[in-house]
Amino acid sequence: MVAKLTFVERQIALLILGIITILGLVMASLGAGDALGVHGFIVLFAGLGLIFAVGGSLYAPEPIEDRSREYYDDPIKIGIVLAMIWAMIGMGVGDWVAWMLAFPDLRFDAAWSSFGRLRPVHTTGIIFGFGGNALIATSMHVMQRTSRARLAGQISPWFVLLGYNLFVILATTGYVMGVTQSKEYAEAEWYADIWLVVVWVVYFVLYIRTLARRNEPHIYVANWYYLAFILVVAMLHIVNNLAVPASFTAAKSYSLFSGVQDAMTQWWYGHNAVAFFLTAGFLGMLYYYLPKRAQRPIYSYRLSILSFWGIVFFYIWVGSHHLHYTALPHWVQTLGVTFSVMLLVPSWASAGNALMTLNGAWHKVRDDATLRFMFVAAVFYGLSTFEGSFMAIRPVNSLSHYTDWTVGHVHAGSMGWVALITFGAIYAAVPLIWRRDDMYSWRLVEWHFWLALAGTVIYIFAMWNSGIVQGLMWRTYNDVGTLQYSFMDTVVAMHPYYIARAIGGLLFLIGAVIGFYNILMTIRAARSEDRLLDHPTDSEACEPAVPVAE
Amino acid sequence: MTVNKRDPLTGHHTTGHEWDGITELNTRVPLTIWWFILVSHLYALIAWVLLPAWPGITDYTKGILGVDQRQQVERQVAMMRELRADWRDQMVALPVDEIRANPALAAIIAGTGPALYGDNCAACHGPSGQGGPGYPSLVDEAWLWGGDPDAIMETLRVGINADHPETRFAQMPAFDGVLERNQIRTVALYVQSLSGIETNPDPDQLAAGKELFMDNCASCHGEDATGNTDLGAPNLTDDSWIYGGDSSSLFATILHGRAGWMPSWEARLDEADRKILTVYLMDLKDRESVQ
Repeated sequence: MVAKLTFVERQIALLILGIITILGLVMASLGAGDALGVHGFIVLFAGLGLIFAVGGSLYAPEPIEDRSREYYDDPIKIGIVLAMIWAMIGMGVGDWVAWMLAFPDLRFDAAWSSFGRLRPVHTTGIIFGFGGNALIATSMHVMQRTSRARLAGQISPWFVLLGYNLFVILATTGYVMGVTQSKEYAEAEWYADIWLVVVWVVYFVLYIRTLARRNEPHIYVANWYYLAFILVVAMLHIVNNLAVPASFTAAKSYSLFSGVQDAMTQWWYGHNAVAFFLTAGFLGMLYYYLPKRAQRPIYSYRLSILSFWGIVFFYIWVGSHHLHYTALPHWVQTLGVTFSVMLLVPSWASAGNALMTLNGAWHKVRDDATLRFMFVAAVFYGLSTFEGSFMAIRPVNSLSHYTDWTVGHVHAGSMGWVALITFGAIYAAVPLIWRRDDMYSWRLVEWHFWLALAGTVIYIFAMWNSGIVQGLMWRTYNDVGTLQYSFMDTVVAMHPYYIARAIGGLLFLIGAVIGFYNILMTIRAARSEDRLLDHPTDSEACEPAVPVAE
Repeated sequence: MTVNKRDPLTGHHTTGHEWDGITELNTRVPLTIWWFILVSHLYALIAWVLLPAWPGITDYTKGILGVDQRQQVERQVAMMRELRADWRDQMVALPVDEIRANPALAAIIAGTGPALYGDNCAACHGPSGQGGPGYPSLVDEAWLWGGDPDAIMETLRVGINADHPETRFAQMPAFDGVLERNQIRTVALYVQSLSGIETNPDPDQLAAGKELFMDNCASCHGEDATGNTDLGAPNLTDDSWIYGGDSSSLFATILHGRAGWMPSWEARLDEADRKILTVYLMDLKDRESVQ
């Protein structure tokens, strides 16, 4: 990987790594005795490790071939492997806490392994570790191919990818040490948040610059979605994490907002993390890999426009539906409900556009598990987006809110939609990027598909049952007007569903482990000589897309 | 890039664009989609007219239904209070014996008590009132402050060592520094002998333990060690132990002292609820003794 960089680029990389290492040293010394100090050492060692990696090959021969004639796939390769590593961590911890909910002794009486600390490790590991790396890797893949242009930078893609992973490491290790902002999906503390802003701005600039050098007259739909994802996540992240550090030598900070404004800001962030991270980004994935794999044209360009602008416009309003029947004023709740309902049609339009695209390719869906992953993902996207709008309606929400139904809904989205589309995209991308004809074993892809589907179905059915039982038990009054059940009765009633859920999660995890093995074996079997399958120019002219002197 | 290219399968035109082999059809947006958009937007419009919805500079549109979630809650709470008023007034007015003798009220308690107990008491005293280490059993004969209905009602109202101004107060002092460690062991042996725990001490030790007991413990627990419910001092001659009757637990209790805590429920449960709990506890205890 370093061999593909010029001497000057290696020096620049060393300079950046040096700054990061010094930052780590400063954090470690200022924050001694606090979690900040531990994080300082993590930054320090990450910086030092990469300095050795780059410095060791500093005087290695420079690349002789014309790099501009190839797509820049090295960061994508590492990004996919990192996504799968985070999948193992995130899903592993997720299933552990699922079993812990059924059998509390699985905590083993340690502070770091309490549910409250492990749960954000699971959510951050999945959303940001697995999902984020998959988005960064596939966005670089899709952007280059659909623009027929090489990434606009040699070092910045690495900075984005590795810097982002440093953020996820700081976040998750912080949680087990008890460091948290107590904001769901935004638990990481101020210094990690600032670091993510730096990384994210570089990501945005890289993306825009690559887009600017495209060799296609139009911007493909997938890139609209990826750009919406990058831009809006930056906005959400910055606003929701506005906070005042209690001290610059410790991890603790206090939110700039308070009371119901804080709650509203948090759920404006939280719901749009679902919208722009977990939906828009992955729709970008869907829009490239599905038609590519099915070899069918997108069903309707007009529908793409309608659903893109519908999703982008309506989604940003709906966060207040997380705060029904709270101190939030009634009118804000009404807006949340109505925009959630209006959002349904554009959401379904994009799912429908994907499914209609498969017309003429259904035999491929039957035969090819990779395409089937994407097909089922689109179905789950449609299902969970309908469920979401439904649950946003106040009377429905009064039953579903605070119950496992919400948990089931989130997992219908994250397992059924986000993870399945990601696995489909990865299975489609890995052979292309590593220049193989196909995955190491198509049988293992089949195994993964059926395990993932079975796990998802078991999971969400268990949570539907559990959530509705729970919600009904909470609100059941006897005929003299007092509560029929104590809270403890509802916990007892949920126990069998919790076991079923943990089994569903286990199946899903086993599928992902098989998938990771399959990917690693595909990489191992990759031929050493790079067979140029595609390159960043107009394929007929075969001219370099960018000046040679890049 | 010809705009007129047709997809051979559907017969639709493509847009003429192509990205890495991906093309797009120029299919019209299906009519159903427009219908769904119309319906969902009508729903929103109607909701905005009926309900509080859009903010202005200083106020918001109230909606023609005049609905407000705070008023709704207040109305529902008042409605439920009215529904329960009859029997709750009776619960407060009647003494416990009459409530237990009244089949209608007893049925209400059988229906209401379990959830009330489960949500407020079970976390410490256990789902069936059996207690646990540090938390007294509610179904045995041992009562720190008395087990008659009035005493239970009072304990529920003010709590023990709680933040209520009239709270019951009781403390087992720490004898660390007052007694030598071997003296603590000796008195513990004596205490164990009172409740028939087989430790086989020699008579000299027992006599020494008794002397230590009379000097240090009898003022609260009584010379016969049967305790005092006015002080919340437990009976040491029965086989009921809150913190354990084995040698090491007793040693720790005497060395470090104990100060158990029972919350005051006056601010959280009204008198009817506390009376329901009292009757429920007595029923629970009766059921336990039948078994």
